[in-house]
Amino acid sequence: MKEKLVLIGNGMAGVRTLEELLKIAPEKYDITVFGSEPYGNYNRILLSPVLSGEKTIEDIMINDLQWYEDNDIKLLTGKKITTIDRKKRCVIADDGTEASYDRLLLATGSNPFIIPIPGSDLPGVISFRDIHDVDAMLDAAKKYKHVVVIGGGLLGLEAANGLKEQGMDVTVVHLLDTLMERQLDKPAADLLQAALEERGLNFMMQAETAELLGDSRVSGVRFKDGTEIPADLVVMAVGIRPNTELAESAGIYCERGVVINDTMQTYDPNIYAVGECVQHRKETYGLVAPLFDMAKVCANHLAHLGYSRYEGSDISTKLKVTGIDVFSAGDFTGDDSTEDIIVKDAARGVYKKLVLKDDKLQGAVLYGDTIDGSWYFQLLRDGTNVSDIRDSLMFGQGNLGDSGHGGNSVADMSDDMEVCGCNGICKGDVVKAITEQSLFTLDDVRSHTKASSSCGSCTGLVEQILMSTLGNDYSDTPAAKPVCKCTDFSHDVVRQTIRDQKLLSVSAAMKYMEWRNSDGCHVCRPALNYYLLSTWPGESEDDYQSRFINERVHANIQKDGTYSVIPRMWGGLTNPSELRAIADVVDKFAIPEIKVTGGQRIDLLGVKKEDLPNVWGDLNKAGMVSGHAYGKSLRTVKTCVGSEWCRFGTQKSMTMGVELEKMSWGSWTPHKFKMAVSGCPRNCAEATIKDFGVVAVDSGWELHVGGNGGIKVRATDLLCKVTTEEEVKEYCGAFMQVYREEAHYLERTAPWIERVGLSYVKERVVEDAEGRSALHQRFLESQKFSQDDPWAERVEKGVDKHEFVPMKKIGA
Amino acid sequence: MTEWVEVGNIEDIPKLGARVVKTADGDVALFRTTDDDVFALHDECPHKQGPLSQGIVHGKRVTCPLHNWVIELADGKAVAPDQGHTACFPIKLDAGKVILGLKSR
Repeated sequence: MKEKLVLIGNGMAGVRTLEELLKIAPEKYDITVFGSEPYGNYNRILLSPVLSGEKTIEDIMINDLQWYEDNDIKLLTGKKITTIDRKKRCVIADDGTEASYDRLLLATGSNPFIIPIPGSDLPGVISFRDIHDVDAMLDAAKKYKHVVVIGGGLLGLEAANGLKEQGMDVTVVHLLDTLMERQLDKPAADLLQAALEERGLNFMMQAETAELLGDSRVSGVRFKDGTEIPADLVVMAVGIRPNTELAESAGIYCERGVVINDTMQTYDPNIYAVGECVQHRKETYGLVAPLFDMAKVCANHLAHLGYSRYEGSDISTKLKVTGIDVFSAGDFTGDDSTEDIIVKDAARGVYKKLVLKDDKLQGAVLYGDTIDGSWYFQLLRDGTNVSDIRDSLMFGQGNLGDSGHGGNSVADMSDDMEVCGCNGICKGDVVKAITEQSLFTLDDVRSHTKASSSCGSCTGLVEQILMSTLGNDYSDTPAAKPVCKCTDFSHDVVRQTIRDQKLLSVSAAMKYMEWRNSDGCHVCRPALNYYLLSTWPGESEDDYQSRFINERVHANIQKDGTYSVIPRMWGGLTNPSELRAIADVVDKFAIPEIKVTGGQRIDLLGVKKEDLPNVWGDLNKAGMVSGHAYGKSLRTVKTCVGSEWCRFGTQKSMTMGVELEKMSWGSWTPHKFKMAVSGCPRNCAEATIKDFGVVAVDSGWELHVGGNGGIKVRATDLLCKVTTEEEVKEYCGAFMQVYREEAHYLERTAPWIERVGLSYVKERVVEDAEGRSALHQRFLESQKFSQDDPWAERVEKGVDKHEFVPMKKIGA
Repeated sequence: MTEWVEVGNIEDIPKLGARVVKTADGDVALFRTTDDDVFALHDECPHKQGPLSQGIVHGKRVTCPLHNWVIELADGKAVAPDQGHTACFPIKLDAGKVILGLKSR
């Protein structure tokens, strides 16, 4: 017998909980839903665009009636639950309908607050909460002229803007002198007010409403000071109150909201609550992102998994008014213990304020240029120490390394402007997918549109489009992101568990951590395999089928299914016999193209898979080994000619490069790892855009880390200066080992350093001599197991022979 | 008419791996799951014709090595939100022997 789950409230929070539950325990419950509105579940946060005429009601349905049917959920609309009988565990509706439950989920939402003044019950006085209100507004816009919106907060301004778009004459009345005072400070609010006034909205600030006038319908508003203005429609948007009426009548403990614990349970453990009706750790929430966090946790407990906790949500806010970019997050008021960084350029309409406390970002207000909003929000939620990047913090993430999209403001972009250059996705495509498919997260957008799913350089832009389309209800990627959909655990947790529990195989790791899919997926398996290899070198099992094809066959797959082969050339040096062997191999196997790579190697392109072992065999004979150009591993050490030849050279950069490459080749790393050695500060080997770059100076060697020349150009940070060659090698090995042990799989050194901070890396590699030596030793130890030439293994020992021959040929 | 051809033994295909059978009508990829089910698909992703035999096999699905489309082994359909379909072939297993059903020419 299935257990019975009853949901009261057919809104976004409750239904999202059901969706999450169906994902992890589809067969657990017989589900009944009571809803008072006669619809399926719609996206309430997109009511503003419906009002302004940019969308229709049909556009914003998330779950139509068919969805309930498909998932065997009994939906009872138009029935209001009046009684919860906790002894008998059943609920009773106003028409007498009864339903018994094993678990009950309350998602009764909130009610708009109506100011108790004379006339507030007149026809023509409405709030802005549901489809019914929007219909009333659209209807009024056809018949009447004057509308007064009481409340200059987020919702009030969105309503005002929408009604203006519908052709009405709009006056916003606000009690304080600052619009959106919970989200903006005075300077930002003033810019916003000026921009809205330019669009034709009228404002009455510091105005207290005393009475709504009218007989059969509202006709005007009278203020405390006695002034009166005409009004055919009054929209009250002064806040919401959690709807606790039902819970209270059942004797469930409530304060401002229904009080719940971290597992979303009320004081009655069989009764859960989510959404705007709840009060959690003294907070109540009115935005969608926290509701989704709650839904996930609640589903986890309803499914009897029992390991997830809700610990509250940080929230960021974005106004959904087309053409105006406003963003705010965290606590931006500041006090004696905080420091402000402020930029104001009124002519450009840009204002930015960042509030720092103890070297961490505590709050942000952005007006006019919000492209870095999601980045600031991420820094804020992660509690990242920003002292290393403080001097450029205000200029945004682009300034840490321009992603190639710098300066773009989503508000200024037309629908046909390209967002994702890899997949040719335009802004309009992204917006359409978000609204039509009801997407909330970056991952949703990636899988539906492919935007930002290849190189990722447009991620900030896509997040910004999400924010501006969904407004404050953009559901941000959680701070501790799960590895993939097969688990809820983050990279750090997975890695720590592998270490603590000494897990030695991919299957053991997935079993121990209760992976949802017994053999994982293409995202988690390579990550797990890497964590196992880097944590337990020589002891863990290298799972061949968990590696991407390139690492399985030690060559790079090309678009036509052929492969490219790059032999190693130590430090970029070669000789006549190697070049002859390469030329012979190209002739013998009719390899169509030869190219010199950016890393100073020779690339043979278009090799057929079945020819690979023979090509390698011939190259091996000339003394060449695999160049690992295909792996998440040490790629190349690029060098300039240095003091061996160059009249400016200060040190032997070629020799240094060869030594570093001999030490580090074959090592597996979280992502590809590139090095370079330059013989003087002219830096001809471009060492300052490498993961580890060495620049010789007369007195020794400068060591640089965290550079990147690809998607996001990032110059290295100077790690330190050393004098001897031995030191260069030790620091290099130690740096690689910290990166190998602590970075997330597929995280290059550049984002890793930005995440953990350069100070941390210095602490580990520079300041702690003992620790550095231990790291270097661990690196060398692990290298003992990885410096077998994978090509020779396959040519001479017949490793993985099945890869290179067809199973059978039929009639071909 | 289906022509049944014995192409080898199930042990010839690694678990969670694939092998290729070359035919006059193109390559056929044979996949083996953890539970020793064997599936056969035309070795081309519906997206950009990537060789599915080179992908990572998980559950009853394979991820294309070129752009990470995920294809159902049982029916060759791309997993939503991607849309597309690659041809599949029937397989019979007989005491470890793998027998592939091809359209007779």
